[in-house]
Amino acid sequence: MIDLFFSPFLDYIFLRRALMACLALALGCGPVGVLLVLRRMSLMGDALAHALLPGAALGFLIGGLSLPAMGLGGFLVGFLVALLAGAISRFTILNEDASFAGFYLISLAIGVLIVSTQGNQVDLMHILFGTILAVDSMSLLIVTSITTFTLFVLALIYRPLLIECFDPGFLRVIGGRGSLYHSLFLILVALNLVAAFQALGTLMALGMMMLPAVSSRLWARHVWSLFLLSSFFAVISGYFGLLLSYHLEWPSGPSIILVAGVIYGVSLLIAPFGTLKQQQGMA
Amino acid sequence: MEPAISSFWGRLTKKHPTIRCHPQGPISIDIQNLSVQYPNNPVISGLTCHFETPSLWAIAGPNGAGKSTLLKTLLGLQKFKGGKINFHGLCPCDVAYLTQQNQLDRRFPLTVGDTIAMGLFREVGIFRRYTKEQRDKMQDALEQVGLASFSRTPLQALSGGQFQRVLFARLILQDAPVIFLDEPFTGVDGRTIDDLMALLHRWVKEGRLVLAVLHDLDLTQEHFPNTLLLARHFYKAGLTEDVLTKENMRDAVAASRHWEAAEGTP
Repeated sequence: MIDLFFSPFLDYIFLRRALMACLALALGCGPVGVLLVLRRMSLMGDALAHALLPGAALGFLIGGLSLPAMGLGGFLVGFLVALLAGAISRFTILNEDASFAGFYLISLAIGVLIVSTQGNQVDLMHILFGTILAVDSMSLLIVTSITTFTLFVLALIYRPLLIECFDPGFLRVIGGRGSLYHSLFLILVALNLVAAFQALGTLMALGMMMLPAVSSRLWARHVWSLFLLSSFFAVISGYFGLLLSYHLEWPSGPSIILVAGVIYGVSLLIAPFGTLKQQQGMA
Repeated sequence: MEPAISSFWGRLTKKHPTIRCHPQGPISIDIQNLSVQYPNNPVISGLTCHFETPSLWAIAGPNGAGKSTLLKTLLGLQKFKGGKINFHGLCPCDVAYLTQQNQLDRRFPLTVGDTIAMGLFREVGIFRRYTKEQRDKMQDALEQVGLASFSRTPLQALSGGQFQRVLFARLILQDAPVIFLDEPFTGVDGRTIDDLMALLHRWVKEGRLVLAVLHDLDLTQEHFPNTLLLARHFYKAGLTEDVLTKENMRDAVAASRHWEAAEGTP
């Protein structure tokens, strides 16, 4: 039992680091993911995650496979794409989701081209699917800093952000600077995606946010309980994902997301707001 | 009519007229020759109108006649193309505004108490705790809308009528001199309409200006002393019995039909 669940982490320092990174990620991504779902921006988060790729690829060209360089590049380009897509949707008849989808396909193409022409297949796999098993103390420091910053900012703007989620028109009318909170929130999303992409890769960086968040939505009715539950589910996914990855020699990113997916599936079946319970309620 | 600006750069650099605020004097809203348009599609044109406190106005008109657009324009949520809007004695941000209920997610994980507390946001800001006095105010607002014991109830457990009562409690807490309501009684049961209507009358007695976009003509005729009948370029404003005549109604419908037909051809 102990062999199965604990000794890998006791034996290997790289697994301990990976676990720490996952725990930190879970704490930040839980609340951010919940807010993303509540704002109905899940798809936009997905687009933003993919838009990080060319930036990360540029960072990779300059600094190699290091989180600081790739993270900074990814964050800058991701944020630029978010601004551009917003502007395009304001000045054309395209909706924001459509212009985001357009941008993310383009950036995905550019990113993959940069990495595959300048690097090799292994690099491409690392950037797309993550390399949590190579988390060094520098990246651990970055991930934990991002988490601390995220929780701090969320605590600071919690009240207006929640109003902005529920009734954006209301906050705009009372002069509540809704766009300020909206932009701050977008920055938090981009930062957490950067933190997540070393562990999970750009293709699945959003998984640690979305899956625990939608699962928790099926269980809880209050925002604070959603935050806690979402982080809890993310922690569980990180821990068991790493175990699976170690014992079965699966890549870590997909393993973590798969565990999160199993939690989601089970929640759909047995949670109070899942499909089965809802149908019983209707009968 | 001015040519529509369609180029990207044109739209980026186009200067829009802005709402002017005059803080002094008695509270009123003055609209002169207002025109609003979505890209290549005029919604309101040539509207001149004046609202004073205290009064109770219904904004009536066919679907797509620009009623909600008018409210949004007055609030600064929608840009306008021409004309003047002057606020006397207050700014658009002092207006309490109720959006259409279907714009809000009724399954949002908030309690009734959380929701109405938003009405106090300008008072408490982003950080401060609610004082005893403010908590009493919240309880009082809930009592006024007949939801005294609902403070901890989640929004998703409410009926459509109860949800609308919650939003009215939030309006009470905003304590604004001018109140805009966008279809406040759509999808709401009869008893709730009666209760909320009584609340509207009380607000006017307290000296406030209430503008409500309405679909129900019977309700307008029964309760609203003033009406603005709006159908794009056609409008009539004044006492309800003078405005809601057969000829005016027919003209309003014809005006909105005319535009719908015109939209079909480029």
